[in-house]
Amino acid sequence: MSHEATAGRGFDLRRMIHSPLALPLIGLIVVSVLMGFASDNFFSVSNIFNVLRQVSIIAILAVGMTFVILTGGIDLSVGAVMALAGTIAAGLMVNMGMPGWVGLLAGIGVGVVLGIFNGFLVAWGRMPAIIVTLATMGMARGLGLIYSGGYPISGIPSWISWFGVGRIGIVPVPVIAMVIIYALAWVLLQRTAFGRHVYAIGGNELAAKLSGVKTQRVKLAVYAISGLTAALAAIILTGRLMSGQPNAGVGFELDAIAAVVLGGTAIAGGRGLILGTLIGAILLGILNNGLNLMGINPYMQDVIKGLIILLAIYIGREWR
Amino acid sequence: MLELNGIKKSFGPVEVLHGVDLTVRGGEVHALLGENGAGKSTLMKIVSGILQPTEGTIRVDGQERQFADYDEAIEAGIGIVFQEFSLIPYLNAVENMFLAREMKTRLGLLDTRAMRNRAQEILRRLDVSLPLDVPIGRLSVAEQQFVEIAKALSLEARILVLDEPTATLTPSEVEHLFKVMRELRKQGVAIVFISHHLEEIFEICDRITVLRDGNYVATCDVADTDTDRLVEMMVGRRIENSFPPKPAIAKSAPVVLDCEEVQLRKDGPLSSFQLRQGEILGFAGLVGSGRTETALAMLGAYPATRCKLRVNGTETRFRDPAEGLMQGIGLLPESRKEQGLITSFSILQNISINNYGKYRKGHWFIDLKAERAATQDAMKQVRVKAQGPDARLDTLSGGNQQKVVIARWLNHQTRVLIFDEPTRGIDVGAKAEIYALMREYTAQGHSIIMISSELPEVIGMSDRVCVFRSGGIVATVEGDHINSEEIMTHATTGRTRNVA
Repeated sequence: MSHEATAGRGFDLRRMIHSPLALPLIGLIVVSVLMGFASDNFFSVSNIFNVLRQVSIIAILAVGMTFVILTGGIDLSVGAVMALAGTIAAGLMVNMGMPGWVGLLAGIGVGVVLGIFNGFLVAWGRMPAIIVTLATMGMARGLGLIYSGGYPISGIPSWISWFGVGRIGIVPVPVIAMVIIYALAWVLLQRTAFGRHVYAIGGNELAAKLSGVKTQRVKLAVYAISGLTAALAAIILTGRLMSGQPNAGVGFELDAIAAVVLGGTAIAGGRGLILGTLIGAILLGILNNGLNLMGINPYMQDVIKGLIILLAIYIGREWR
Repeated sequence: MLELNGIKKSFGPVEVLHGVDLTVRGGEVHALLGENGAGKSTLMKIVSGILQPTEGTIRVDGQERQFADYDEAIEAGIGIVFQEFSLIPYLNAVENMFLAREMKTRLGLLDTRAMRNRAQEILRRLDVSLPLDVPIGRLSVAEQQFVEIAKALSLEARILVLDEPTATLTPSEVEHLFKVMRELRKQGVAIVFISHHLEEIFEICDRITVLRDGNYVATCDVADTDTDRLVEMMVGRRIENSFPPKPAIAKSAPVVLDCEEVQLRKDGPLSSFQLRQGEILGFAGLVGSGRTETALAMLGAYPATRCKLRVNGTETRFRDPAEGLMQGIGLLPESRKEQGLITSFSILQNISINNYGKYRKGHWFIDLKAERAATQDAMKQVRVKAQGPDARLDTLSGGNQQKVVIARWLNHQTRVLIFDEPTRGIDVGAKAEIYALMREYTAQGHSIIMISSELPEVIGMSDRVCVFRSGGIVATVEGDHINSEEIMTHATTGRTRNVA
């Protein structure tokens, strides 16, 4: 038995092909090569960092989304929560004259509180996640508009732009933040009991509960994580725009879901990898970037992206 | 009217019906009798075209027929009312009766008046009146059943199969159903009636066919038989030697789990039982008699109206199976796929799912090496046959899957295990291994509650047996009283002790 266990660890092509990462990776390579042919500029270092910087916000939102979807849930509120967190953070700095770091911490607090709100209603209120988070989406958006009167709040301390457009060496700060958040999420999902419980709930919630997993707490936690990553994305967005934008992030929840699903995570939960989500988010970003470089009409771009998502899911359907 | 000859049915390599005969005449109520798993439901699925027999013939009115699906059986005049109804709760009785066979006006719109008239006509034939405009989910179970019967009759059924229709009815509803059945019998309809309640069979049926383990045992007139003979035919005289010997358990053995009172439903019977150290306590009874619910209620996974529990003498109330786990009580649910295993997980992940406290690194992280080592130990202990700890669950046989669930709890330091149908869907060899594992477990001074519908298993494994009927324990037997006749008699005709 031990022999077989060690044999499974070496290089094994069949295992790699059957890995849930195989399909997203192939997709990423195919799309990159196509874009490379279509545009000379695509494979330049500056363009690659440009793409990664652009995808960072969706990619960070998609981290929380991955946790939620792995449990079999969904979080439609991330775009609106991000906008609200950014707006309140900017408002506290500009209107209340608070130091920048207090504003940012308050923004993070807003995200986590709304996530806990979602999680509580889903886990203990036994309400469907899609409805709960749809309601939260509406409320968060409305609260942001009320708080700001509908206008962007600008005039925040200039150092905050570091989060959005700063660089360490040649690497943009949002890209570094994205990598760190993905690394933490990977550890959480693959190396802790909590992570296993997340997968277990998506795989079979009843079995998990009957074997003693505290399913309600785990569900609360995944929505809280989703709120947290929405708030972290808000910091980057605020730094990039140098203002709190109550109207930012409309439809970002759909891009985040698309990234998760393109990354090979089952929408019903239980199966999927956080690295897949990263690949999915980058794939979406490359499509955006490439279609832009090719000068394709933005309305047409949406149609093409939709078709590609459908195609990817169709191919992935029978995979494994 | 309906004649089945030498019906055999295999699922893959496993034959579940070994040549069953059944003849039902027009104008009779024919009981189909057998223990759980004897093959009654499979046979009825063959009659109604849902399953196809591997061998054997079906004749309707002397003519050989083969049903490719349910619709063809309906055309031949066969109607079936399943245990689980196939009604849409939000539609009313008329809409349900004509679902997918709606009558239409010349314009293609629904002809509600014609459907309503036809429904009323059929219900009059049954001598039943029920509200036609209410969503069917708001009707009583009995009324829903009448709608099912009416639906079958609206399709001109002349042969009607009722699969355990009385299981969820109150006594007065049963009376009403019997009235309807007598009315149909008078009209020449052939009825196949499945029930575990022997007194009902004596009350309503004309003839009886008994099945046992997929074999045809006998057909006889109700008038020529009695309870004892029927129980004997159902249970048979099977020699089972796969059970390990029972150890002697001292009467003075400490009580580890004392369920002082449990009541599943409001106004239901009140039960109590004690589990002693080192014993296997059997929970016997028919399906739906409250065995599983009682076990789940103890763990807080079933909303019982009352449940007073002492664990090692301390009064305890569990809100969640996780709390039961803290006290060393584990559950192996009856349906492994739906309640026990996470099929998308590997063996390793399934075994360690509730036990990450055991191997931790730096407090927060799973020590993957320790996890793997512990899993391999646990797998060796229960002798799981698999490629290795990373094998996917769906590559394992039922017996090996069950061993994985057992390994999960052995890996965790449990002291009480609740086995719900420990050997369902498991082949004979693996059964013996699981029995041996259960005894190894109790030999360490732990205790087991075993819920089982298989009488030989209950008799062969239990040190004491609680017999359930209608939501409560009607008798607790031990020693020589653990025999099939006594248990079946309590389970089918026992009187429940009602306490307000």
